[in-house]
Amino acid sequence: MSAEVPQALIDEVLRTAGSTPDRLLQILVTLQAQLDFLPPTLISRLAEQLGMPRSRVEGVAGFYSFLHLAPAGRYRVRFSDNIIDRMLGSEALMATMCANLQLRPGVPSADGRVTVSTTSCTGMGDQGPAVLVNDRAIGRLNHQRVMEICDLIRHDAPLSAWPEELFHVDDNIRRADALLSSPMVAGSALAKAVALGRDGWLAQMQASKLRGRGGAGFTTAVKWLACRDAAGADKVVVCNADEGEPGTFKDRVLLNRHADLVFEGMTLAAWATGARDGLLYLRGEYAWLRPQLEATLAARRAAGLLGSGILGQTGFDFDIAIHLGAGAYVCGEESALLESLEGKRGTPRIRPPFPVTHGYLGRPTVVNNVETLAKTCLIARDGGAAFAATGTAQSAGTKLLSISGDCARPGVYEYPFGVSIQQVLDDCGAADVLAVQVGGASGVTVAPYEFQRRIAFEDVPSAGAFMVFDSSRDIFEVARNFVHFFAHESCGFCTPCRVGTALLKGYMDKLAEGYGALQDLADIDWLDRLLKNASHCGLGSSAPNPVVDTLLKFRPAYERRIQHADFQPAFDLDGALARARQMTGRDDAGAHFDTGMGATR
Amino acid sequence: MIEQRKLRVATVSLAGCFGCHMSLLDIDEHLFELLDRIDFDRSPLTDIKHCGPCDIGLVEGGVCNAENVHVLREFRANCRTLVALGACAVNGGLPAQRNHLDLGACLDEVYRSRPGLACAAVPNDPELPLLLDKVHPIHEVVRVDYFLPGCPPSGEAIWKFLADLVNGRTPRVTGPLLHFD
Repeated sequence: MSAEVPQALIDEVLRTAGSTPDRLLQILVTLQAQLDFLPPTLISRLAEQLGMPRSRVEGVAGFYSFLHLAPAGRYRVRFSDNIIDRMLGSEALMATMCANLQLRPGVPSADGRVTVSTTSCTGMGDQGPAVLVNDRAIGRLNHQRVMEICDLIRHDAPLSAWPEELFHVDDNIRRADALLSSPMVAGSALAKAVALGRDGWLAQMQASKLRGRGGAGFTTAVKWLACRDAAGADKVVVCNADEGEPGTFKDRVLLNRHADLVFEGMTLAAWATGARDGLLYLRGEYAWLRPQLEATLAARRAAGLLGSGILGQTGFDFDIAIHLGAGAYVCGEESALLESLEGKRGTPRIRPPFPVTHGYLGRPTVVNNVETLAKTCLIARDGGAAFAATGTAQSAGTKLLSISGDCARPGVYEYPFGVSIQQVLDDCGAADVLAVQVGGASGVTVAPYEFQRRIAFEDVPSAGAFMVFDSSRDIFEVARNFVHFFAHESCGFCTPCRVGTALLKGYMDKLAEGYGALQDLADIDWLDRLLKNASHCGLGSSAPNPVVDTLLKFRPAYERRIQHADFQPAFDLDGALARARQMTGRDDAGAHFDTGMGATR
Repeated sequence: MIEQRKLRVATVSLAGCFGCHMSLLDIDEHLFELLDRIDFDRSPLTDIKHCGPCDIGLVEGGVCNAENVHVLREFRANCRTLVALGACAVNGGLPAQRNHLDLGACLDEVYRSRPGLACAAVPNDPELPLLLDKVHPIHEVVRVDYFLPGCPPSGEAIWKFLADLVNGRTPRVTGPLLHFD
């Protein structure tokens, strides 16, 4: 692609995607898809046409992993780099692909055809190893599939002409409970809620005790009430489908199979709050779901379930638009997500004010998780009391778990809250388990002596990820993978997180590379505390969780990497003299370090 | 009870400019107060060549060559408390600006390719310490107990830091005294 972008294309994109600064990310995503990268001249012209500083346009384009400011090839192959994909052999497969296409990881091929690189978890842990090719997902990767992909790329086959079978994604629903087992006719839950009236419906929500499924567990009805009562008539309902937590994929399944429930939940939230606008923030990794989601939206509009006068109610006007993310974990944090919806970098906001009063474009906004919204349909259908009667005292209802790793049957499992970890392990066919990572990289590492603990807000809370590691695994490498993930995904706004995650990564790599010293464990402790206490948002404060937990519960995994009693540099000191030795031709005793000498005390 | 005795303090400038040592002298009349409480061991102020057992070691400058490494290790082995004093010791500072260049290219540029060199060769006398391929802050080579940033840290900052250390308080330099430039 040449650096000259036709003005007609820019005009067309601005016409369809909008031409105000808050549309910037959607504009960039659209152009990236068409042009394969965003050349400097394009950035300048966009800045001019949107009336924004060029630095802001480039700042946004530079923030998101899936937007490229330099040529990155017509095919961009991204290997999901979560520990689960690695355990399934992703590293060897990526090496195979690179060798076959004769390129280095992350470096575009000389002919400008393809780049092969890694990316954070793509939400395919139940059928990994997985890759994204441009905006399409491919799972169950093996040697044969890698060769097939290489051939297609070498023959310049357009993605639309690739065998559809490659892109087949399984839902892998292994255990269905209240939500997944009962099919619901589109609009039936909404009809019940409308019959109750707006206040009557909110009363049912309050009775249900539903708490948010995205991790924080905030009571949904309280959020809705606060938004309803906030000043301003132009309220917004946002569905957070930025499912970026490594190891989770239940929202993918909900959106693939039960999109009607999710959209109906958004409409139920609009009925309660009086919102007229709905936004679904779909993570870039799930862009392949967009066509079918748009089709579902169109069907709902045709059925009178979206639009004006929904179900014949005068004044019940609500519609939903889909926004695409572009590869940024931090956008799952609700205030960063709002920034991203407004077309900016995904930097978390300072709270208060909270989104319920000052959210999207300063308007009162409800932000709910995909699963939370789907659950509200059950409440509308069966009543709040029935919902509250299931689960545990403080955690009503069921929870979808995304189970992956060392088990016979990875997939989505729906359990009533309160299920024990042991029960889940038995059901998914996990044996000889060393540890379970509940809640993703930012969650809790659970050791076997805790397997009687229960999944619930009052014991082990979880946003849904459940990664199983058997005794053949090295738990230090698991933690190191998560630390690398956080260092990559830190938004860079606050120093404790930007620098702290990089330092923590440095210490974990130092241990992994055989330079570990006792002092490092003390330094890691100090860094963990700093990240926890000084970070601006939850990303930084939860980044040390896997290290804190594994140091507590699997300390020998660290201790056996300690090669030195006190201190050891992270690099080979004598090797650092090699270049000078070469340049001077010296090889005398003074040209070497005595490796046994006093580095320790 | 720890006996009340004078503390032994060693100081050195590695890959630095002696600016931090000049700043140490800037504590002016506090020097007399300080000398009531400490004796200097190895230091540019004493011309003692090797560090003996000490309570405090102040290290200015980063680590750019083999001799720096030996001296720094000697300090670490002999000092109960080791302090990185100033920007270069803390971060590598100005000398670390060569880190993005290849050392061989640097030596070539200086000793081989410059016009007018009488004898174009990289010096190889064993007396000369070999350069490391990168300049490192001192905490990348030995364990460091405290860091006092600044280019240089002001006399006031150094005095506050040393007064804390000598009087048994955890050094705490805050507000305007703490700066990184």
